[in-house]
Amino acid sequence: MRALSLGRWLRGAVRARSDGPGRARPVPGSPQKVTVDVLDHLEHLALVDFRDSEGVERLQKAIQFADQLHEVNTDGVEPMDSVLEDRCLYLREDDVTEGNCTKELLKNAREKVEEYFVAPPGNIPLPKLEEQETYLQSS
Amino acid sequence: MVAAVRGCGGVWRRVWQCGAGGSASLGQCAAASSARGAVAPAGKSGLAPWVPVVGLEIHAQISSNSKLFSGSQVQFAAPPNSVVSFFDASLPGTLPVINRRCVEAAVMTGLALNCSINKRSLFDRKHYFYADLPAGYQITQQRVPIAVNGTLSYSLCTDHKMSQMVTKTVRIKQIQLEQDSGKSLHDDSRSQTLVDLNRAGVGLMEVVMEPDMCCGKEAAAAVRELQLILQTLGSSHAVMAEGQLRVDANVSVHHPGEPYGVRTEVKNINSLRFLAKAVDYEIQRQIEELENGGTILNETRAFDSKLGCTVPMRDKEGKQDYRFMPEPNLPPLILYDTKSLPANINHQQVVNIDRIHERLPDLPSVKRAKLVEQYGILPEHSFTLLNEDGLTEFFESVVKRTQMKPKKVIGWILNDLLSYLNQHSLTVKESPVNSSMLADLLNLLEKKEISSTAAKQVLGELWKGEGKTPLEIVKEKKLELIQDQEALEQICQAVIDGQKNEVMAIKAGNHKVLNKLIGLVQRKTQGRSNPVLVKQLLEKKLLD
Repeated sequence: MRALSLGRWLRGAVRARSDGPGRARPVPGSPQKVTVDVLDHLEHLALVDFRDSEGVERLQKAIQFADQLHEVNTDGVEPMDSVLEDRCLYLREDDVTEGNCTKELLKNAREKVEEYFVAPPGNIPLPKLEEQETYLQSS
Repeated sequence: MVAAVRGCGGVWRRVWQCGAGGSASLGQCAAASSARGAVAPAGKSGLAPWVPVVGLEIHAQISSNSKLFSGSQVQFAAPPNSVVSFFDASLPGTLPVINRRCVEAAVMTGLALNCSINKRSLFDRKHYFYADLPAGYQITQQRVPIAVNGTLSYSLCTDHKMSQMVTKTVRIKQIQLEQDSGKSLHDDSRSQTLVDLNRAGVGLMEVVMEPDMCCGKEAAAAVRELQLILQTLGSSHAVMAEGQLRVDANVSVHHPGEPYGVRTEVKNINSLRFLAKAVDYEIQRQIEELENGGTILNETRAFDSKLGCTVPMRDKEGKQDYRFMPEPNLPPLILYDTKSLPANINHQQVVNIDRIHERLPDLPSVKRAKLVEQYGILPEHSFTLLNEDGLTEFFESVVKRTQMKPKKVIGWILNDLLSYLNQHSLTVKESPVNSSMLADLLNLLEKKEISSTAAKQVLGELWKGEGKTPLEIVKEKKLELIQDQEALEQICQAVIDGQKNEVMAIKAGNHKVLNKLIGLVQRKTQGRSNPVLVKQLLEKKLLD
């Protein structure tokens, strides 16, 4: 079943969330069940609908890619935020050097009104868990 | 009298507020101030008292030429999307470069609020999806902010006459540097949102205040003091109406001795008056809800200034998961002091905390103390002077140009100038009467060339802004005091002759009646007689 295989992929992501940012190491032999609730939470955070096979596949690939990080043994290594963290933060003078490129920026807009970008009204609320006929539940 | 009280022991009781409404109950809060968490005596109603707890999160836009991480201009009300760089629009391949001025503004503000400045602070990404946040995250300082553990002292009056002032202190948890978002204009009729990214990436200082306040009036007074400090430092223009200072209030109520209640966050507050109203409404609402057996939800509510109430915000329902993570594109922000400053470092790449500390201007509290000491005015008058932009400078300039004592000048400034400006909704800068005109007028009064009644009349003419000098008006309207003693004596005699009953009363020992005669002389001379002189003349004629 698709849901179960997805659950295996989600394992890493779910643990990372509960352990804090970027510090998670997989604990061998502790399978974590991915519930439909977790999937629902992810959908709401990302405002992405996983309800088709393409969406699920994309998610699987993303998790698979990220899981490669766990193959590196980091035992006894001090965690770091970034490879730049021992560099100096360059301080810029407070001068205006950019802007005035409305036309170029708006070229990227699918829809615009005068000089405004047009977006849908607010965030589109996803249907509540009990209301949704998801791909996962129906498969 | 100014007393120092830490925090607020304000205890609210519904019975106190009967018939008073939200705003009238403000006085009780301050009046009941004692030790924090004090238990009020049981009231007639038998209801347990409620202790309101108010904390604030304040976003102040940094006053800078360019944005926090990009070189686009910071400009209020520019044409839509005209002051936006590729980075602000979050185009791929762009990277943040921090603005030194924004760092200095935050350090300056931190020092002014008695914070410890972190010599190493970190940037984080806070994720949420919204159309005016194109990156899908905001760069902020969640783990290690630039400044922590400060205090802000503020004063508020405990009565309507501004004569009883209490000084309180609120703790500052932290100040963090972060990016502003763009602006969304909601077009409900066409069901679309128009996005303007001009504000996206403008530097913000988020000032987090601990929940040390207990009512709307305290919250408003604390924010007002912060606003004055920011404006004195120049780190933010802090104009609430232009969104340069935005306040969110966290409000809860609990019984004394019990843990804090569930809190709500009130947003959408765009003036100090509305802040006080929103907080008091929310306190009242929570008390009523709990006393009716209800519960308080940990929710975000918006203040509706038209209805004067708070309503739940639909948009941000449910718990937010911001998925904070370290910002990988910005190394830690390192600040130095004179001791830690390495040799051979490019000075343009250094923010020296000690140097900023040395150059801090006098803060409002120091300015007030100096005014009180230098001019011998009352502390509450010093508050009024600083509360109006430019009024202190106006006052000092008048004092410099006149022989009149500052204590007397302040009366003319507060009772005449300020009330006129308030009546006509004018700022000090827009005043038709400038400081030298007022000084000239007060000099005429001081040299006894005109009476104070005449001076008010001249001031009335000056407001018309016709460009005449006080002296010209005095000459034109013939307002100068009658210097001719003989003429004045004749007028006094005429009044005495015409008021037989009053004269008898005075001669019988009722000296108060003398005032009536003085008034009559004043009327006859159309305010052009010196009342002291008239009194002497009358006394000489009647009592000698």
